Amino acid sequence: MTTTAGTTTATAAPAAAGISPAARAQRRRKVAMAILGWGVALIIFFPIFWMILTGFKTEADAIADPSLIFSPTLESYTEVQSRADYSKFAWNSVVVSFGSTLLALLIAIPSAYSMAFLPTRRTRGTLLWMLSTKMLPSVGVLVPIYLLFRDFGLLDTRTGLTIVYTLMNLPIVVWMLYTFFKDLPRDILEAGRMDGAGTLQEIWYLLLPLTLPGIASTGLLSVILSWNEAFWSLNLTTSQAAPLTAYIASFSSPEGLFWAKLSAASTMAIAPILIFGWLTQKQMVRGLTFGAVK
Amino acid sequence: MATLQLNQVTKSFGDTHVIKGVDLEVKDREFVVFVGPSGCGKSTLLRMIAGLESTSSGDLLIDGQRINDLGPAERGLAMVFQSYALYPHMTVEDNMGFSLKLAGVSASERRKKVDEAARILQLDPLLKRKPKALSGGQRQRVAIGRAIVRNPSIFLFDEPLSNLDAALRVQMRIELARLHEELQATMIYVTHDQIEAMTMADKIVVLQGGIVEQVGSPMELYHHPRNRFVAGFIGSPKMNFLPATVRSAGTQGVEVGLPGGGTAHIPVVGSEVAEGQALELGVRPEHLQLTGKGPLSGRVSVLERLGGQTSLYVEMDGELITLMADGDVTYRVGDEVHFGFEPGRAHLFTADGMALESLERHPLASLTRQDNRAANEVGA
Repeated sequence: MTTTAGTTTATAAPAAAGISPAARAQRRRKVAMAILGWGVALIIFFPIFWMILTGFKTEADAIADPSLIFSPTLESYTEVQSRADYSKFAWNSVVVSFGSTLLALLIAIPSAYSMAFLPTRRTRGTLLWMLSTKMLPSVGVLVPIYLLFRDFGLLDTRTGLTIVYTLMNLPIVVWMLYTFFKDLPRDILEAGRMDGAGTLQEIWYLLLPLTLPGIASTGLLSVILSWNEAFWSLNLTTSQAAPLTAYIASFSSPEGLFWAKLSAASTMAIAPILIFGWLTQKQMVRGLTFGAVK
Repeated sequence: MATLQLNQVTKSFGDTHVIKGVDLEVKDREFVVFVGPSGCGKSTLLRMIAGLESTSSGDLLIDGQRINDLGPAERGLAMVFQSYALYPHMTVEDNMGFSLKLAGVSASERRKKVDEAARILQLDPLLKRKPKALSGGQRQRVAIGRAIVRNPSIFLFDEPLSNLDAALRVQMRIELARLHEELQATMIYVTHDQIEAMTMADKIVVLQGGIVEQVGSPMELYHHPRNRFVAGFIGSPKMNFLPATVRSAGTQGVEVGLPGGGTAHIPVVGSEVAEGQALELGVRPEHLQLTGKGPLSGRVSVLERLGGQTSLYVEMDGELITLMADGDVTYRVGDEVHFGFEPGRAHLFTADGMALESLERHPLASLTRQDNRAANEVGA
């Protein structure tokens, strides 16, 4: 018996010696981190998962005891589609979020350029002041903006919503572009100037191509923020220019809550941006860590 | 034909005066080197010439034309940056042709000029590559190529070799000198490395604290430094400075008392000094000679054998004196050594750092690199 035990330990010993205690500790840490990561991801994803699931239930199933087992149905989807034209809302969302992003970039690129390369004593203060406007509750300016929109005939127009979204995202877009531009070696732009580039040529031939990853991720973020925005879209649009956030909201009120239909509508509203984000996530991460890894 | 003239040029950033009134004349085809310790204003001065920094006051003239108000591109200059500043997203070919593209030169013409520059710099096989696929030396050559393509009236170099390793630096130094010959262009070169300055320049401009300390040929600065700063900055290893007292001064020179009790008769103009005045004696390490019993003596503190030469660091009255001796000297640390110097090789500096002028000018003092070439041609 002793002999057997002796042999077992003898054969086990070399195998154990193959992995050092430090390596084993590291592997344990890795496993722990993986579990933690998955845990957090599941917690974050669970509501979305549940929403998608609920969209395939009947209204009765949806309010019944939570259960993973049910007979899936497209009933809610057909019902939702028959009540409101999804494509109209979706098109509004696309136009407004991409339009506002484009407009924001057009304004922000020259501003960030001048702040990054021709700074004054007040540049930093200006940037912080711009960002500080993001700390105000939007509702604080709802009345003035509403009145302005009414007087200029912008209520329930895509143009109006585009303007509001542009203004809403401008501080963060300028700030992000500013940090990307600042990372660009000054020498390269000066070399361009020696080579005869004017400001516009400098921006077009050197700045834009060299900071494209940063500009792309800034644009993506702006699109996502605009797509998900609900406060202004609910208050400034009714039918003509209403985007998908208003579409979701339209299923939540008058006749009480219909969970399955609401879930179906929500799933349809987030699907495009989810797919868009998934396709561009590599670009997003690359852009957001652009300065860090360089 | 391209000359550059600076008249009382100054530059201030707020209350900080970086360049404090510089006068300078750069002749056609001259290779001028700005040298000085970091922060002396040499790069700022170059950037002012380039047009990348504005000039606070004074005039910049190229071929007699005032260029203060012209933009960098309109001045017809080209600059090679310390970091090379290549456009990372363009191929070598596009990097070199960028200025022509902006100027609206046709693609075929562009191609021709780029090819020509690539031939001079042996960049032909690399034209389709991006900068990140090049070595440091190749990037440097592309940066120079970008300058050549513009066919500038004056080339500006801002410490172009400081990012290269020592061996490559020597090689590029030779290449640049050859390029200067081949292009027959006016070049202004900034460096903190006095060896680069000595080896490449026709004319060296020594800057310190925003003022020009001295302008002259390398040999002039070496043999006739105007003040203690230039004397210490030019030459490697650094010049030794010893305290000395005036014993007598006359038309034939100045007799000084040395530490340790010896005396020396230095052939410099003595009209400005009086007996008993405290001066500083400057002697270069290579001009100190080990002798059986020289006027100076000390104990060897450190010994560096370089093979052909040996650097001795001798402690004398608490000061370390550097001495370049033969490679085969047999001294060891702790040995007592005696040494002296040829009086004609020594310099005297007054308390305010100004050098007393030599009675005789060194025969090579006005020699430039161009003279070297002329001599060779006569020899051949």
